[in-house]
Parts: sequence; structure tokens; C-alpha cells
Amino acid sequence: METTHAGHAETGPKLYYLTWVWLLTLTAIEVTLAYFHLPVRLMLFLLMGLSIVKAALIMAHFMHLRFERLSLVVTLIPAMVLCIALLAVFFPDGVRAFRLAVR
Amino acid sequence: MAEHIERLRFAEWEGGISPFAVGSKKLGMWLFIVSDSLTFSGLLVGYSYVRIASERWPMPFELWPTIVMATLMTFCLLSSSLTMALAVRASSLGDRSRTVRFILLTMLGGILFILLHAKEWAGLIAEGVRMWENPWGVPLFGASFFTLTGLHMLHVASGVIYLGVIALGVSRGRFTHEDVEISGLYWHFVDLVWMFIFPLVYLLSVKMP
Repeated sequence: METTHAGHAETGPKLYYLTWVWLLTLTAIEVTLAYFHLPVRLMLFLLMGLSIVKAALIMAHFMHLRFERLSLVVTLIPAMVLCIALLAVFFPDGVRAFRLAVR
Repeated sequence: MAEHIERLRFAEWEGGISPFAVGSKKLGMWLFIVSDSLTFSGLLVGYSYVRIASERWPMPFELWPTIVMATLMTFCLLSSSLTMALAVRASSLGDRSRTVRFILLTMLGGILFILLHAKEWAGLIAEGVRMWENPWGVPLFGASFFTLTGLHMLHVASGVIYLGVIALGVSRGRFTHEDVEISGLYWHFVDLVWMFIFPLVYLLSVKMP
């Protein structure tokens, strides 16, 4: 996956427009979803799932990561995964703090 | 010796000259993006933590104006990302005037985002939401909301200035394609962060009709 300037030029504008349309569609789904009466955990799961898909679309197409060398991709992606995983690491303690609260 | 260097140049993990096959400036921006996503991740963790640990977290966002405006803001950012990607493409084709035009469109998207966001902040402040207090009696709501969205707005504002400098430079023929591409990376990252702030802060706090 060698990247050259010519390589970038090959990615036509069609891919960008298509990515944009998908991102808008996913956003519309998210906003609609917010008005469904769902359990908060399921809602969080669905919204985060859609957001991760959107982030992946932005990174792969807009930020050209799909066209970079694999070594760069495997260096960057774990850091991004860690950022999202941090949320899951701290959630249980948040629930614990709630139970400990003096009411 | 020359053969050895040639081999290293194409080897991916052998400590070669350019293992990532990107310039040092671009790699630097990627590393900044990684560290900055950790900053935002920390703030999102903090926000989620105090939200879970609160008994009655306020869910004050009405469909109109807040959710509609926030959706419009998302539209502005996503569209500005599209124009930025097109600007990078135009620059890779060596079309300087189109590059500048697309960067200016991107800046317009960013400015619209900031204006809509400022209007929304003004609405919340008029309702009595402050950093340390609000009508719903959960002071951490204002603290986490204003810190998180404020830092993001700061990123958008500095991004608009950054793009302005790049556009000016490109129009004078001073910057290379790589510089435009790197500014694009920063702008897409700001868009990417909003993709998490929007659902976690806004969509999970809608006032059900």
C-alpha cells in the first residue's frame, strides 16, 4: 500500500460524496433513534456502535487511512480503540459510586 | 551498502528509513491526533462518570431548538469535512485556485458551526445553566457540558484559523500538497470527535415528548 501523490488523486470525488451521504444517513438514524423509548443501556450501545462506524468511515476515507501503509494503520488504530475502551473501563466504577452515594 | 538501504526502505518493521511511508510532518499530526483523542476521551469518560454517579441527571434538550440545531451543526461539520477532502484532492491534482475555494468553503462550515453553537450556549445560559449551578440542581451538568463542548469549539475555532493560514499560503504558492493534507487530517479529526460528543451529550439527554 505505497502512497504517492498520484495514488491520492486516483481516489475520485465519488468516494467522498458517497461517504458524506452515508455519514448523513447514519446521523439521521441516530437522531431518530434518540426518540425511541429504549432502555438506556441498549440506546448507549446502539448510539456508540453507529458513532464508531461513522468514525471508521471518516478515518478510512476522509483521512485516507485506507490508502496508507498497513504499518501506520496498525500503529494508530489500537490507540483509537483504547480511547473508546476507556469509557467501558470507567463505567462500572461510576455505577459503584452511585450505589455508595448518601441518599 | 546501497542495496542494504534499498532493502530497509521497503521493509516495514526492520527499522527502515520510513517505516510508515509518510512524511515526518504528517506522522507528527497523526501522533497529535492520537494524543488529542485521549484528551477528549478523558473528558467524555469524566462526563459519563459523573452522569452515571448522579441520581437525577437532567435531560433538558428539547427537539426545538437544541436537537435541531445540534443536528444542523453536525450537518455543517460533515459537509465541511467533504469540502476539505475535495480540497486535498484538488491540491493533489495541483489545482491551486480550486484548493483555496474548497478550503474557504470548509472554513465557512466551521464558522457556521461556531455561530450555531454559540447561539445554543446563549440559550442554555439564558435558562440559568452555569459552570457551577443550574435550575435542575446538578451542578456537574453545566461543568461537564461547557468543558466538553467548549474544548471542542476551541478546536473548531483554531481549525478555522489554521485553515485560513493554509488557504492564504496556498494562494501565494507557499505550501506544498503535504501541508494541505495535514490540515485536512486535523479538520477531519475535529469532525470525528463531534461524532462522539453529539450522541453522548445531546442525543442521550433529549427531553422525551
